[in-house]
Amino acid sequence: MELSTDVLTDMHRRMVRIRLFEEAAGKLAEAAKLPGFLHLYVGQEAVASGVCTALTDQDQITSTHRGHGHLVAKGGEFKPMMAELMGKATGYNKGKGGSMHISNLDVGMLGANGIVGAGAPIAVGAGFGNKLKGNGNVAAAFFGDGSTNIGAFHEAANMACALKLPVLFICENNEYGEFTARDKTMAITDIVDRAAGYGMPGVIVDGMDVVAIHEATIEAKNRAVRGEGPSLIEAKTYRFYNHHGVQNLGLKYRTDDEVAEWKQRDPIFTFEDRMIDAGTATRDDFDGVWAELRADIDEAIQFAEDSPVPDVDQLLVDVYTEMPAGATS
Amino acid sequence: MTAMTMIEAIRDAHMVAMESDDRVVVFGEDVGYFGGVFRCTQGLQERFGDHRCFDSPISEAGIVGAAVGMAAYGLRPCVEIQFADYVYPAYDQIVSEAARVRHRSAGDFSAPIVVRMPTGGGIFGGQTHSQSPEALFTHVSGLKTVVVSNPHDAKGLLIAAIEDDDPVVFLEPKRVYNGPFDGHHDRPIVPWSKHPLGDVPDGHYSIEIGKARVHREGSDLTVLAYGTLVHVAQAAAEEQGIDAEVIDLRTLVPLDVDAIVESVEKTGRCLVVHEATLTSGFGAELCAVVQERCLFHLEAPIRRVCGWDTPYPHAHEWSYFPGPDRVGRAMRELLST
Ligand SMILES: Cc1ncc(C[n+]2csc(CCOP(=O)(O)OP(=O)(O)O)c2C)c(N)n1
Ligand SMILES: [Mg+2]
Repeated sequence: MELSTDVLTDMHRRMVRIRLFEEAAGKLAEAAKLPGFLHLYVGQEAVASGVCTALTDQDQITSTHRGHGHLVAKGGEFKPMMAELMGKATGYNKGKGGSMHISNLDVGMLGANGIVGAGAPIAVGAGFGNKLKGNGNVAAAFFGDGSTNIGAFHEAANMACALKLPVLFICENNEYGEFTARDKTMAITDIVDRAAGYGMPGVIVDGMDVVAIHEATIEAKNRAVRGEGPSLIEAKTYRFYNHHGVQNLGLKYRTDDEVAEWKQRDPIFTFEDRMIDAGTATRDDFDGVWAELRADIDEAIQFAEDSPVPDVDQLLVDVYTEMPAGATS
Repeated sequence: MTAMTMIEAIRDAHMVAMESDDRVVVFGEDVGYFGGVFRCTQGLQERFGDHRCFDSPISEAGIVGAAVGMAAYGLRPCVEIQFADYVYPAYDQIVSEAARVRHRSAGDFSAPIVVRMPTGGGIFGGQTHSQSPEALFTHVSGLKTVVVSNPHDAKGLLIAAIEDDDPVVFLEPKRVYNGPFDGHHDRPIVPWSKHPLGDVPDGHYSIEIGKARVHREGSDLTVLAYGTLVHVAQAAAEEQGIDAEVIDLRTLVPLDVDAIVESVEKTGRCLVVHEATLTSGFGAELCAVVQERCLFHLEAPIRRVCGWDTPYPHAHEWSYFPGPDRVGRAMRELLST
């Protein structure tokens, strides 16, 4: 598949946007300006970007605890995202979701999720809606290697296959679930081995190669749109920071060598090198993109910091409750 | 005696229980090699081997279900659900299996398991890392439910829970792991090493499940509390200059009704506090017990201060959390009625 320069540029932009957003969020968290747990997506940018450049705004995604990257890739704006992480009234969810539960239906993002495995069945439902409406859209579920061990994943995969729904299962295999290596909790090396058990095709792709991911997604999407049911894509990838936050707590569960080796395969820098070698773009082009997006992120941080906290009354709004508004003040 | 944090006390309880009974096995997510995300099982795998302390997959239902099967065949599993908020996939195994196998097998076999879980808020965890689901367990016949508030009790009660012949849900308010958090989030906590309840007896000791503890003696009113709110209630009483008696219930099922009755009969006023949402919270059960047993001693209606009926918030955590201001205000109002 020959990808146009527009698509390649778009992929790059999305990856850089994720990287900058995550680096900024990490710094803010370290400065105690972001409340709560922060699961950074740095290292895995190619997966969300490769998938989402193959989707439209009308296609849906479900996400995980490591969800900002998915939302950025799906078209999320920096300002309401940063404000959401800070718990501000101008956030996508008026500060009610935060990092782990940020969502935005306008771009088809059904939510990051603090509960492992919870997103996949929701994607099945979105896929069912697409099928019923015959709208030609697909729903993609992002999930980690570790989450394929929980029942919800199994139920989602089986149901989607049984009903032949337009659903894409995107596994980001970064080899760890929190602080535990994959081989301690499952007897298989490749998550894709599970696909056959549900009756769907599965492919392994290099999760550091945005183009490969994009191409696999296009294929899976076409199949789904043809009414042939779900596919599983396993992207072999790696997170560069700790499970949550930036710093390792000093407790070793990965070797420095392993981390360094994966960082050599940085999805953004390797992509840039390839584009430059191919003559598709120049270093200056890329420098320009980074500079422009850096300015955007700085503006978003300022916006979020200047934004008001929500009214305390908001606690009792958007939820069925018998408590009268004002009870909390 | 050794000064310990609640984390160290829980670790020590595991050590003692595993040392004294080789049927005790410990597992859960990140529990083995890593030693638990809160470090409560640190060193167990090294000391007892990975056949007795191991990492489970992310499989809450599997963790509890496997524990039930192990228990049926004579083991004493003590499992960790990493956050109480993750327990819902395991709820079926807890409710439909662990709580019931003894009854439905007519005592042929039972489920002497412990399901430990960090609970509660005050750590900016938002809606999926801050909940207090104790009432979901107290409502289920066949389960015992323990909520600890300090290192001393945590060790003694965890050993008792592991030795108990029935399934025990063991809730550890994570906000008090390192010190007695009193609800003043803008002040540093006193570490347990400087608190009398941080003194933990060495070696084996257990605390009877079903016995409350008078945390602070007083005569103006009774506060029924457990977990983090024990310390909040104490702070509120001191700040208001109110001579409140604070009862740390320690175990919700079985409930120490005698201790409650004794205190409420003495003070004539009762305030119930918990972090969990108000409606159908365990506080409702406490109100019913006080009403049934102490009505003619009450000089004012029973009051409750609880979490608001809303998901645990990301922003405005300290409005949701029943801190010393809200608890103190309720104390004053209770005294003036
Ligand atoms: C039901 C449930 N169990 C446990 C957790 C705690 N937890 C959060 S992330 C995580 C690891 C997930 O691993 P994986 O799916 O591989 O995603 P990754 O973090 O590697 O992106 C765990 C165990 C949770 N959030 N929900
Ligand atoms: Mg993983």
